[in-house]
Amino acid sequence: MNAYQSWGRYPRVEQDARPLNWRHQPLPLAGLEGAVLAYGQGRSYGDACLNAGGALLPTRRLDHFLAFDPQTGLLRAEAGVSLAEVLAFCQPRGFFLPVTPGTRYVTLGGAVANDVHGKNHHRQGTFGRHVTRLELLRSDGSRTLCSPEENPGLFAATIGGLGLTGLITWLELRLLPVVNPGLAVENLRFGGLDEFFALSADSDAGYDYTVAWVDCLAKGEDRGRGVFMRGNHLETPPQKQPKPPRRGLMIPCQLPGWLLNPFSLKAFNALYYHWPRREAVSQVLDPLGFFYPLDAVDNWNLIYGPGGLVQFQCVLPLDDAATVLAEMLTLTARSGMASFLAVLKVFGELPSPGLLSFPRAGATLALDFPIRGRKTWDLMAELTRLVRQAGGSMYPAKDACMSPEDFAAFYPNHHELETWRDPRFSSSFWRRVTGQEGQ
Amino acid sequence: MQKILILGATSAIAQATARLFAAQGAAFCLVGRSRERLEIVAQDLIARGAAEAFCLTADLGDCDGHQALIQKADDQLGGLDLALIAHGTLGDQAAGQADFAIALKELQTNFISAASLLTHLANLLEPRGKGALAAISSVAGDRGRQSNYIYGAAKGGLSIFMQGLRNRLAPAGVRVLTIKPGFVDTPMTAAFDKGLLWVGPEVIAACIHRGVVKGREVVYAPWFWRYVMLIIRAVPERFFKRLKL
Ligand SMILES: Cc1cc2nc3c(=O)[nH]c(=O)nc-3n(C[C@H](O)[C@H](O)[C@H](O)COP(=O)(O)OP(=O)(O)OC[C@H]3O[C@@H](n4cnc5c(N)ncnc54)[C@H](O)[C@@H]3O)c2cc1C
Ligand SMILES: NC(=O)c1ccc[n+]([C@@H]2O[C@H](COP(=O)([O-])OP(=O)(O)OC[C@H]3O[C@@H](n4cnc5c(N)ncnc54)[C@H](OP(=O)(O)O)[C@@H]3O)[C@@H](O)[C@H]2O)c1
Repeated sequence: MNAYQSWGRYPRVEQDARPLNWRHQPLPLAGLEGAVLAYGQGRSYGDACLNAGGALLPTRRLDHFLAFDPQTGLLRAEAGVSLAEVLAFCQPRGFFLPVTPGTRYVTLGGAVANDVHGKNHHRQGTFGRHVTRLELLRSDGSRTLCSPEENPGLFAATIGGLGLTGLITWLELRLLPVVNPGLAVENLRFGGLDEFFALSADSDAGYDYTVAWVDCLAKGEDRGRGVFMRGNHLETPPQKQPKPPRRGLMIPCQLPGWLLNPFSLKAFNALYYHWPRREAVSQVLDPLGFFYPLDAVDNWNLIYGPGGLVQFQCVLPLDDAATVLAEMLTLTARSGMASFLAVLKVFGELPSPGLLSFPRAGATLALDFPIRGRKTWDLMAELTRLVRQAGGSMYPAKDACMSPEDFAAFYPNHHELETWRDPRFSSSFWRRVTGQEGQ
Repeated sequence: MQKILILGATSAIAQATARLFAAQGAAFCLVGRSRERLEIVAQDLIARGAAEAFCLTADLGDCDGHQALIQKADDQLGGLDLALIAHGTLGDQAAGQADFAIALKELQTNFISAASLLTHLANLLEPRGKGALAAISSVAGDRGRQSNYIYGAAKGGLSIFMQGLRNRLAPAGVRVLTIKPGFVDTPMTAAFDKGLLWVGPEVIAACIHRGVVKGREVVYAPWFWRYVMLIIRAVPERFFKRLKL
């Protein structure tokens, strides 16, 4: 069994691993011919965290804190520290993550390298905006401090830099002060995409967190229906300290692919849609339940069967987003390839700090599909074509199939990242999208 | 504020354990071979809430230095509530079979040095009538197997030594905790393929922390190893000797 896979468990590649244990040590390059790549918790779906024919440098043992200032909320920690560990530490101290993706099992280094975003993008922008400083260890042995002021070029290339500029050993993050990490949440049903955009426009000013789930199996009249969720941290101090999270359920083994079939998915989607009542229902939610519903099952990716899964996440310019999204949902529904959860959100205007950051103003849609050969790839190709036509972009952290042409269209400045890339660092993703596969 | 001495403080299991005590504001004296590693650990514990973290560098295989080392740690901390012995090596069994000098070194690190440290610590704490001694042994010490009986003998020796020490120190009120982990994913076991029975060092740390707080005697970590080893120990030697373990 290859212990180092990506979350989609596709592609499967042969690679070495040289786990890192201490940040002061040099990179373990001795005796290695091929390229190296840092590996956090492997929560990227495609091949951004894989390095076929080369070596991975797993970072999870770089899990030390360097300093924490309770006045400013500045936390300095090694890049292998996970967001779950940061949360466990900072919540009782009155702080929260300034930005968090939909799983807390990612490392700080991974969060920087993909410049991740969360449900508060319209308020806080991407993760990288809250990183004040980092140390980069390069294959020539140099250690460079990077921040918006020191070595700003290398800093910008490293944020959203897909791990290609070297190893981030530690970084400094500005945490978000909160009176109470708990959330007041409202769930609202919407009947179609226009309603979604109206709700989003209404909510973004008054709510720190907004996201929607769309029923991607609904056709005709119901197309684009879904549930809109919006929330704010509570403003009264918590009565008692939050309980430490329990370990999630675990899927003990690979499940057969047929479990995910049009009927089970339709039932799931319909249930999810009908779960909130028509009128807005307010509830108080534990932050773990609100931000990380999927983390409740440890390795839910196994339910997609032996073929693994692919994600599709795009961002579309707002102008004709509704039309393009409608087309995407129709394609998806028609393919019968059903996605478990389709997630929809409007990104705000705050600029992303990374050279190759994915988030930009527009509407973002995320879908996942079990890999079932041709059918899946055809659908992905269709969806990708729509993104290109619309002048949108796609998220490398979720990608396993975009072509070099697609990539060049989505990231016209990728040559610039190539100039900052550490000559010994590369990834399966990078070789694929820059057309150097097999090299 | 608890005053805690950790011998082999750069061990993954020791670090995870120290973090749990750091969150409660403990003060530490950290002993290990590498100054740089110790400083990383000390900085980490301070950031997580430790009151203090002193570092002492020493190769623990060298027993001659032990008495002075323990004395210095006790002086720096101004007393001792808990000492945790965590250093160890998982040597190459085949190499130790072929060359006894290698086996001797393994026994020295995993048994002799721990016995020496425990002796000095016991003599320090016994007259004070309080404090706790803990050491990481292993399930490998519960029964000898061809694949690692050198390491197993050292850990088995350590478990017996601590059993006797517990008996000796009970009247004085000094506690003795033997920790027996199963398979733990740490740098020591980096080369192994990991299966279902493997856990992270933080799981062992939680067992150790609970064992100390509750004043336990012998802790298997995780708990199910107690039953696994019960079964393994029950197999008659007649059959056991034929197994490929
Ligand atoms: C259930 C789920 C929900 C998700 N939701 C979101 C979401 O809402 N928003 C979002 O933006 N993303 C989301 N993601 C994607 C995830 O946040 C990113 O893929 C993240 O980068 C994964 O972090 P990781 O630590 O697992 O890194 P890996 O996947 O292991 O690696 C990712 C990249 O980071 C690089 N890297 C890791 N550590 C270092 C280091 N120390 N130095 C340099 N480079 C490094 C790697 O080389 C690689 O290029 C989600 C993923 C899952 C599984
Ligand atoms: N991992 C397992 O599966 C497992 C199972 C049962 C028991 N154990 C026991 O648990 C304890 C901790 O091990 P670990 O799993 O946490 O592995 P680890 O991270 O590799 O720790 C081993 C530690 O021992 C230290 N050490 C070795 N020889 C030393 C010496 N002569 N002087 C000073 N320090 C020395 C090492 O120090 P350096 O940093 O200087 O190298 C290192 O910190 C060990 O006693 C081990 O036998 C482990």
